[in-house]
Amino acid sequence: MQTEEMRLDGNAAAGALRELFATDVTAAIATCMGCGTVGPVGTLLEYGHAMGVILRCPSCDTAVLRIVRTPGWLRVDASGISRLMIPDSA
Amino acid sequence: MARAAVPGRLNWRVATVIEARNETRRARTLVLDVPEWPGHRAGQHVDVRLVSEDGYQAQRSYSIASPPEDASIALTVERIDNAEVSPYLCDVLRVGDGLEVRGPIGGYFVWDVAQGGPLLLIAGGSGIVPLMAMLRHHARSNEQARAQVPVRLLYSARGVDDLIYRKELEELAQLPAVEVAFTLTRDAPAEWHGYRRRIDRAMVEEVSWPAAHMPRAFVCGPTPLVESVATLLVELGHDPSRVRTERFGPTS
Repeated sequence: MQTEEMRLDGNAAAGALRELFATDVTAAIATCMGCGTVGPVGTLLEYGHAMGVILRCPSCDTAVLRIVRTPGWLRVDASGISRLMIPDSA
Repeated sequence: MARAAVPGRLNWRVATVIEARNETRRARTLVLDVPEWPGHRAGQHVDVRLVSEDGYQAQRSYSIASPPEDASIALTVERIDNAEVSPYLCDVLRVGDGLEVRGPIGGYFVWDVAQGGPLLLIAGGSGIVPLMAMLRHHARSNEQARAQVPVRLLYSARGVDDLIYRKELEELAQLPAVEVAFTLTRDAPAEWHGYRRRIDRAMVEEVSWPAAHMPRAFVCGPTPLVESVATLLVELGHDPSRVRTERFGPTS
């Protein structure tokens, strides 16, 4: 089975993201550090693996956000996001 | 029915199965009563968690099939052979049993009638589930709101017996402003009046409104179908930001 068939998107990571953020962020707009592409987190491509979640830019494949669960830690690498705009109704 | 959406940690809750019904030979709908359910939006999903006696945990996401107007939530689960979670939900779980759920989850692949339309829904296989929540929400909206939002659904399945909610969809198609088209990719009965092939550019073009009408499109199902259809819509001139996708992974 090819990797392409198995890929998901930011929607599939929404539950894991909800553990980090107080609100849904799939509708939040992320700017990719690699190429500057701007788009909703829901449009990032997810290549899940047993240890966690990797969201990649649909344009340049940069790993925009990585969340990995290790014993005692939730390791978050957000270095691929240069800006995140989260809708706020407050 | 206003429900306060309270930001904060999403907790696991034990829901009770209050109803179970078979939709097709592989798909089963579970209606759940979730304590302190905050309400949801059409298109959202829940996470379901199973814990075995030795402590092993398995977690999967299932789209909510019911509209926000219902007090309980309905999940339609497609049984995947030799999988970890769906055989349990389809074959073992009974009315009265508990089930750990977390949700509602999602904010991108959602639609409310207030967002307007026209609304274009394209589903492959179990991708019909979140789109059904949108259609049911549309059907439950007041007549004026509904009249302002025409809906078209294109639903692809292998055979006629794989069409989930077929009867209900045929009834909804009787409503003004709702059109439903089916396509069968493997077996079609002799008297079949719908399409008989995989979704392609000609079919998308026939079913969709012209790009100038600026429909809101939601595409859900197996990854290859979703990506192919989204690409076709953009090729036909639709604004990519008005084409929302939810990939379900490989064709089962």
